[in-house]
Amino acid sequence: MKVTKAAEDLLALSHQEELVDLSNNYPLSASEDEGDSDGERKHQKLLEAISSLNGKNRWKLPERSEASLNVSEFNVSSEGSGEKLVLSDLLGPDKPSSSLVVVKKQLNRVKSKKTLELPLNKEEVKQIHREVAFNKTLQTLSKWDPVVEKNRQAEQMVFPMEREPSAFAPIEHVFGDWKAKTPLEQEVFNLLHKNKQPVTDPLLTPVEKASLKAMSLEEAKIRRAELQRARALQSYYEARARRQKKIKSKKYHKIEKKGKAKKALKDFEQLRKLDPSAALEELEKIEKARMMERMSLKHQNSGKWAKSKAIMAKYDLEARQAMQEQLAKNKELTQKLQVLSEREEEEGGAEDEEALVPDVVNGVHMTADGPNPWMHRNCNHDRKEEEIQTNPQQLPESVAHDFSESEGEERPVAEEEILLEEFEERRSLRKRSELKHNAEPVSSQEIKDSNSQEVLSELRLLSQKLSKETHQSKKQNGSSAGTFLQIQREERAPEEEEPLMLQRPKRVQTLEELDALGKEECLQNKELPRPALEPEQMERNPQNQPKGKKKEQMIKLQNLLTTKTPSVKSLAVPTTVEDLEDEVERDQKQMIKEAFAGDDVIKEFLKEKREAEEANKPKDVDLTLPGWGEWGGIGLKPSTRKRYQFLIKAPEGPPRKDKKLPNVIINEKRNIHAAAHQVRALPYPFTHHKQFERTIQNPIGSTWNTQRAFQKLTTPKIVTKPGHIIKPIKAEDVGYCSSSRSDLAVLQSNPKRLSKHHQKQLKKNSVDD
Amino acid sequence: MKVKMLSRNPDNYVRETKLDIQRVPRNYDPTLHPFEVPREYVRALNATKLERVFAKPFLASLDGHRDGVNCLAKHPKSLATVLSGACDGEVKIWNLTERKCIRTIQAHEGFVRGICTRFCGTSFFTVGDDKTVKQWKMNGPGYGEEEEPLHTILGKTVYTGIDHHWKDPAFATCGQQVDIWDEQRTSPVSSMNWGFDSISSVKFNPIETFLLGSCASDRNIVLYDMRQATPLKKVILDMRTNTICWNPMEAFIFTAANEDYNLYTFDMRALDAPVMVHMDHVSAVLDVDYSPTGKEFVSASFDKSIRIFPVDKSQSREVYHTKRMQHVICVKWTSDSKYIMCGSDEMNIRLWKANASEKLGVLTSREKSANDYNQKLKEKFQHHPHVKRIARHRHLPKSIYSQIQEQRIMKEARRRKEMNRRKHSKPGSVPIVSERKKHVVAVVK
Repeated sequence: MKVTKAAEDLLALSHQEELVDLSNNYPLSASEDEGDSDGERKHQKLLEAISSLNGKNRWKLPERSEASLNVSEFNVSSEGSGEKLVLSDLLGPDKPSSSLVVVKKQLNRVKSKKTLELPLNKEEVKQIHREVAFNKTLQTLSKWDPVVEKNRQAEQMVFPMEREPSAFAPIEHVFGDWKAKTPLEQEVFNLLHKNKQPVTDPLLTPVEKASLKAMSLEEAKIRRAELQRARALQSYYEARARRQKKIKSKKYHKIEKKGKAKKALKDFEQLRKLDPSAALEELEKIEKARMMERMSLKHQNSGKWAKSKAIMAKYDLEARQAMQEQLAKNKELTQKLQVLSEREEEEGGAEDEEALVPDVVNGVHMTADGPNPWMHRNCNHDRKEEEIQTNPQQLPESVAHDFSESEGEERPVAEEEILLEEFEERRSLRKRSELKHNAEPVSSQEIKDSNSQEVLSELRLLSQKLSKETHQSKKQNGSSAGTFLQIQREERAPEEEEPLMLQRPKRVQTLEELDALGKEECLQNKELPRPALEPEQMERNPQNQPKGKKKEQMIKLQNLLTTKTPSVKSLAVPTTVEDLEDEVERDQKQMIKEAFAGDDVIKEFLKEKREAEEANKPKDVDLTLPGWGEWGGIGLKPSTRKRYQFLIKAPEGPPRKDKKLPNVIINEKRNIHAAAHQVRALPYPFTHHKQFERTIQNPIGSTWNTQRAFQKLTTPKIVTKPGHIIKPIKAEDVGYCSSSRSDLAVLQSNPKRLSKHHQKQLKKNSVDD
Repeated sequence: MKVKMLSRNPDNYVRETKLDIQRVPRNYDPTLHPFEVPREYVRALNATKLERVFAKPFLASLDGHRDGVNCLAKHPKSLATVLSGACDGEVKIWNLTERKCIRTIQAHEGFVRGICTRFCGTSFFTVGDDKTVKQWKMNGPGYGEEEEPLHTILGKTVYTGIDHHWKDPAFATCGQQVDIWDEQRTSPVSSMNWGFDSISSVKFNPIETFLLGSCASDRNIVLYDMRQATPLKKVILDMRTNTICWNPMEAFIFTAANEDYNLYTFDMRALDAPVMVHMDHVSAVLDVDYSPTGKEFVSASFDKSIRIFPVDKSQSREVYHTKRMQHVICVKWTSDSKYIMCGSDEMNIRLWKANASEKLGVLTSREKSANDYNQKLKEKFQHHPHVKRIARHRHLPKSIYSQIQEQRIMKEARRRKEMNRRKHSKPGSVPIVSERKKHVVAVVK
């Protein structure tokens, strides 16, 4: 019995072990050492069981599965023998193990706890429910906001909104029962069959079908993805290139350029080694590029950059260097390799070094060097003439060049001067009568001033004669005689030399001269168009312009003003001597007076009023018919008697409303009859009367608009189809998906919400059943 | 001798076929067509006048009821079919094209309080004073069969209104509370109430179909959520609201027909002030129905007239009345948005055009474009005094006209009084309340 029992135990144990193994196998993350110790114990047990089988050691040792405090003196279990007592166990903290602590804690907890709060009032609970539900509803409704907004602002709405699916039958269905009858049809049929064109069902050729099938969805997707990737890459590279192009750092570009050149060279070397023929081709290409470059004028100093550098070159060493570099490049490119001999090359180099510095800067040297083709191109015509002339002329010219500045600076000064000139002109016109007797001394002064420049002017005159530029002078005095022309020219030369401010008094001088000729009147008339002409002159005559401008720079605005005022004073008040401050004040006042001298406001108003009165007065009606009862024709007028007879005098109108109001003009033009048709107040959506007027003034009829525009302008806001039911808008219509569950289903799955009354009813029903 | 004469290429002016449009050469040079504005103004004036000349909105009167018509219902699938319930419990189904009654049912004892059709159009429901809800087949019984309802539900209290869900086989009734019924069951699936007064009408939202609105005799309008089976919010107005109608194109907009002669258009998300107060009626407004386009609605009033209001205007654009039409109890706008039906006290259902001067039937394209042009002209010159005067002119029965005058005086007096009060009291103590906020008493969460 016992043996069998022991065997059974063993079997059971092994079973258990297997089970344990299985369970251990599955959760892989279970801790290993635990399993090991477990296994050991079981192994021990197994050994014991086996040892008990042999019969000698029948009685089993009592086994203790739990640690017990009282160990009997007879059987000390050996199970815990493997574990040693550790010092730390003995040194453990001495806990106050009184059981009262727990009780105290519990007591405290009980004390601290308050009574449960009363459940919320039923109404309040309901309110909370309602609010929650309302917020939920708001969320669902919020999706309609954009739709509603769009529909409200839509130009046109077409109802019914949902499009009926177009019920197009495939063509093979339509022609399904058609058969070729006539011989022609049959012939066509046969032809089609020859080409494997299906006639009835389906209407696609096998090839077409195959092509349709060829690309499956996956393939298409993959291809599309590839395409997308390629596009993205392309755009990325483009963006990168753009970014690189935008980098302003010169150093970066220089380095990059150098790198590129190096790389090209390297490539070329490699190519030469690997494939000489290709290298040759490459070489040819390079040569061709060089030739192209040579033909183009890219690296000369004609570009924007080069020009700006040219201006800076005088002051800035770096700019000069840059220019030199560029020109060197130009030279390198434009070199003719085979043809030129070495000597010539050297000469060319020398020439180029001259060209490195902008021509404006070393203009003197250039002229000394003699004709330079590049300089010829840039240099203006005027200068060439000077070169032909004597040397002393060159000196002041070069000085003038030294004063050259950028054009931007020159401009405003010139404009200011023109303005001042005009102002001066006006003033002179007003005071003509006063000035007349004073004109002589002023002009004499001017003569003195101009004396110093007489030589120069004569030279200029000569040059002008040489160049035979007569168009300006023609304009100046188209009507006057040949002698007059000469005088004019003599005046004009210094004019160009001198700043514009000084031109007017000179003209006075000419007046004087012409006085002698007895042409005072005609010339005074001439004075008016002159100032207007002068800017024109400046533009027409670009050759003379730079010189004039250069001279202008020398005279500053401040100087002009200070020199001007005393002259005015001396003209107006020649005898009195005053303080400087008083002078300034007076000048100021006078200036203002002069500035607004022309506009008399009160006079203008009165004039306006008179005009308005005149315009509103009823007009006389003249009914005379020329030639009626007497001779008529050109140059003949109806007799005064006739005129008097047939003139119907208009009756005196009612007195004007503003008759007794001297400072008011009342417009009496308002038509009452028209006013009845006019809108009195600005209608609502408009914010300004101009908006409204514009909408009214745009005609919409087909009389004024093309057919297309007319249709567009008259599209009705709402279009409905007669006989079609318009259903309420649906979520599907506007691209939303509506909830799949029906409202009723949702409600029925929500039984806790049933009212009590209803629940009672339900219960009753169930009881009845 | 050579005779000179004009010669033209016939290709330039001869049509290829008879059906082609005549080629009209036009020169659009503005100098050739001067006086654009005056000419268009005259055209607009003429168009306005013609519109008034052709304004003949009354189409037909459907007589046959033996008591006042209490409720109307549209057929969801057929434009020609209309259902009406009378105060003697009779329900009639009409064919509008033939203007004939197709079928008559003695549905209830006492009033037929409400009638609604199922969304599929195969059956309809009626509620009556006899505390029953009845479902009827749309098609009449066969020969020899008796006229019997499909289902009859006996309730405990009187039902005053009914409306069917727009998609599901469910309907809602109102009376003591709002009940939601499954068509298959004899007891309500859920019933919701808030307050104890009787509810006069309940309407499902046509777009967000789980929403309901109801109005009760304690002056409030209550919104419900059918899914969560709970009321949502309540707004209390000055006076009782008779019925509400949801805008079929804008999910959160509804209009309430009030006893205080006004209609209030609410945005259900912000109930503290109506979006628009529509006032033109001179007596209680009894019914309201939206045009299916959602741009206008029609209201029926106790003052024996119906009015058409644009949704965004406070004044009506049209008023319809006839000598014989008495208090209008119910009104419906047909689903093609062309016609309006109204049922009134004197047992008739009347059919009107929605646009009084519209030409019925098929229009040629020229007619259509001329019509469009005229409409645009009228719109363009609508602010000009003469055009405005003619366009606004309506003949009104003496009773309504004098009432309007009277009410204008009353309103002016009230305004003056308020102004005086404000003038003579501490500044700020009599605040200026906008017309829209005046009529809302409270919003209850």
